[in-house]
Amino acid sequence: MENVTSITPLLAVAVSLVGALLAVFSDKHPNVREGISITAAVTKFALIASMLPIILGGGTVSLTLLELSPGITLGFRVDSMGIMFAMSASLLYTLTLFYSIGYMRGANEHRQTRFFAFLAVCLSSTIGLCFAANLLTYLLFYEVLTLATYPLVVHKGNEEAVAAGRKYLMFLLPGGLALIPAAAITFNEAGTLEFAAGGILSANSDPGLLLGVFILFLVGFGVKGGLMPMHSWLPSAMVAPTPVSSLLHAVAVVKAGVFSIARVAGFIFGPALMHDIGASQILAIMAGATILIASLIAIRQDDLKARLAYSTVGHLSYILLGCAILAPAAFTGALFHIATHAAMKITLFFCAGAIYVTAHKPKISQLDGIGHKMPYTMAAFAIGALGLAGMPAIGGFLSKWYLAAGTADAGQTAFLVILLISGVLNAGYLVPIVTRAFLSEPSHDDGHHDDHGEANNFLLVPILLCALLALVLGVTPDAFFHFFTLATQTVASISEAGAW
Amino acid sequence: MSEHTLPALIPIIFLGFGILIPLVGLRIRSAVYPLALLGSGAATVVAFTGLFTVLDSGPMVHQMGGWAPPIGIVLILDHLSAFVVSIVTVIGFLVLIYARHSILDDTPQRYTVIYGLSMLLMAGLTGMVLTGDMFNLYVWLEISSLSAYALIAAGDRRGAVAAFRYLILGSLGGGFYLLGVGFLYFATGTLNMADMAGLLPALQDSRVVLAGAAMIILGLGLKMALFPLHLWLPDAYAFAPQAVSSLIAPIMTKVAAYAMIRMVLDVFGVSYLRDSVPALTVVGWLGAVGILVGSLWAMTQKDYRRMLAFSSVSQVGYIAVGIGMGTTLGMVGALLHILNHATMKACLFLVGGSVRLKTRALEVAEFGGLGRRMKWTMVAFTLGAMSMIGVPPTAGFFSKWYLVRGGLQAGNWIFIAVILISSLLTAIYFFRLVEQVYRDESQQEDAKPPVGEAPASMFVPTVVLALLLVALGFGNAVIVTHVLEPVASVVGGM
Repeated sequence: MENVTSITPLLAVAVSLVGALLAVFSDKHPNVREGISITAAVTKFALIASMLPIILGGGTVSLTLLELSPGITLGFRVDSMGIMFAMSASLLYTLTLFYSIGYMRGANEHRQTRFFAFLAVCLSSTIGLCFAANLLTYLLFYEVLTLATYPLVVHKGNEEAVAAGRKYLMFLLPGGLALIPAAAITFNEAGTLEFAAGGILSANSDPGLLLGVFILFLVGFGVKGGLMPMHSWLPSAMVAPTPVSSLLHAVAVVKAGVFSIARVAGFIFGPALMHDIGASQILAIMAGATILIASLIAIRQDDLKARLAYSTVGHLSYILLGCAILAPAAFTGALFHIATHAAMKITLFFCAGAIYVTAHKPKISQLDGIGHKMPYTMAAFAIGALGLAGMPAIGGFLSKWYLAAGTADAGQTAFLVILLISGVLNAGYLVPIVTRAFLSEPSHDDGHHDDHGEANNFLLVPILLCALLALVLGVTPDAFFHFFTLATQTVASISEAGAW
Repeated sequence: MSEHTLPALIPIIFLGFGILIPLVGLRIRSAVYPLALLGSGAATVVAFTGLFTVLDSGPMVHQMGGWAPPIGIVLILDHLSAFVVSIVTVIGFLVLIYARHSILDDTPQRYTVIYGLSMLLMAGLTGMVLTGDMFNLYVWLEISSLSAYALIAAGDRRGAVAAFRYLILGSLGGGFYLLGVGFLYFATGTLNMADMAGLLPALQDSRVVLAGAAMIILGLGLKMALFPLHLWLPDAYAFAPQAVSSLIAPIMTKVAAYAMIRMVLDVFGVSYLRDSVPALTVVGWLGAVGILVGSLWAMTQKDYRRMLAFSSVSQVGYIAVGIGMGTTLGMVGALLHILNHATMKACLFLVGGSVRLKTRALEVAEFGGLGRRMKWTMVAFTLGAMSMIGVPPTAGFFSKWYLVRGGLQAGNWIFIAVILISSLLTAIYFFRLVEQVYRDESQQEDAKPPVGEAPASMFVPTVVLALLLVALGFGNAVIVTHVLEPVASVVGGM
């Protein structure tokens, strides 16, 4: 296996940090500021994509910067799993930037410079944790991500936003603290913190201690991944502007949470140890419960963003369940779902934002007949909704199929049933929105103005591109970005190291 | 150990300028500031030269007046003292650059006096760090304490009361230390630290030694504001002139903590205090309680400086817990936290001084909207706050990292839990401020006019300290490997 040493991972992380700094200094010139942000985002994506051929060829790209603590470096190591998440996050970030410009100017939001700067910091830290070579580097970026998200959550600056920010910190900070002893004990037991496929901890350690460490990881990362009962910050945080909700709460932040647990399962513990110490059972039960409960809560939400938020909570646990089932197919499906769910969910959030900016309608009950006024937006919404429900030819089908196949392989019938029920519930809370938009007559008695048309192009083009991505991933899962190959490659590397 | 005058140079420079500044300053007031910067700058350069020389070619020693130990007094520059003296001088230098505007604004009539006394204070503190003699340490301690009392009293009326209270408690601390030294002198017949360390193992069971050790730790605990001996600290920090508390708060308790570490490592030996008598255990537990109580008090404070003062009680607790663990990594954590806390506390106090200069207020509630009005000062504040909470990659995170690992070495889960819980409490009282600072003012009726940043002489040191917090985070491994691990390695395992 070829290992290339290159500065590219560092550049990919740094480019939007520099962009953020430049954006702060070009505060007075919005067009320059956005130009810089977009240039940085596109450069970032190009840098990440430039490493793809090496990774697909079975190699890795690494870079060691300095020693962070004796025996532990600040280093990057790009592997198939990291680059898959990094590519999907930075691709969608670029689209989000275009969308944000339309949204923030359309909604006439204040403090836009701060908004764009912190958005860039969030993305940089997400890419940083994708590429982190070891757990301490990972934690560094993970905590920066936690804190850089805070200003975005409280962006509106009103009471509700400040309260949501407090709640966010109340959940996320204790989570982050749990990770310090987890990392310290891991270092003590394994003698290293470098991620390695198949895990670094061994069965020689005390199983009780290892289970304790796993629970610390679960608390630390699960809280960001919206695992119940640690999820309740997520719906509150929907008070943030829609581009934040869409990118951070469907793509970067929460995905970083589940990505972390996949890293821990595959690269710290390894499947065999996960099973032996009983960690996988705990994770599976929590994830299964979260999937069902979140779907049931989602059905009862009238606020569109809240319904999407609970849907996110549920779908994140699909990924966690995939990690917990300990079958190659399920793990593949889980990793692939990181990319497909991102594409579908960001489409839905973008649509919700476009409806809000264009028609000022935050509630589902107000959406009667809106499909006639905003046909393209709602068509994209339909693609995202049907995809999440698991319709073939849209991205979500394939990842769910692999999840289900893996679950069946492992003989976990109970979890298979949960997946199927949840698929029905997904359809139950998303499809009615589509039918309401296209099939119902607009109601005129709620006092809302209906003299709007389709969303403006800044909003519409990113929406259509995201929907297109969701479709492409469903039809040819390997097109352009090789997401599916990257997922299978990751699973193969874990399989090489030991049995499932 | 090589003979060298360099260790003596540092306190002598401060002493010399301590005399020169009032003499010149009474006639030519404008000469005070350049002289103070020259003096502390020169001492800083010497300290760092010393540090790098020690790293290169080992410790150096100066025999005062040419008298060889154990009869004569020696000043020693080894890894530990070079590390601490570098911190003290560089932080002191930055604060003295900063202090000018703050004093002119606060107490202009005492401008010369404050600069002169600050030099004496620095002389005392650096002397304490460098000395290799038990009684000589007391002398330096008193020099630093007396100057500190006078400096604190230079504030308003409340400052005088606070200084008096500090004087009584501080003298008590000094008295305990001196009494302890007396006991040990009776038992061993020597005052030289290295000599005493050689004689003490034979006297392990002596009650006199035990009593001496207890009194020395008690006395130094009082000076470092170890809970519950911290009662002098909050008022002293809150009512002293702004420039004075910025100088005292970051370094004075740290030097006392250093003295305690020196006693633990190089006089009594870890094994005696950890295994024969439970002294370290007591220090550790007092530290743990202090961490929590200090944080809880800090949460309830309305005044920014009092909040920082109680936070100091809590942060000193971290150092005590690190010492109390009696493990290598715990000691590394304690030593690293001396550096990290000095840097972040200095940064936060300097921010406070700038805010007071520009807004005339230091109530927590007055910080509203400063994020827009003093943008970069508040960026420095936020970095300082993040480091206090322990967010990577700032310096504060790595203190926690080593302390938690030290706790694992000691198998003490309660210490680990206390360190982590205190992080949360710290987050609560700092985010309370962060929330205020970045509150959206544009939606309010009474939006305040922009105030702008403090003058460059105040602004630059503040930002330098804030950037240092990030640099120390990334650079901690270098410090730990080259400076702290050699010092802490004598602790050994459990």
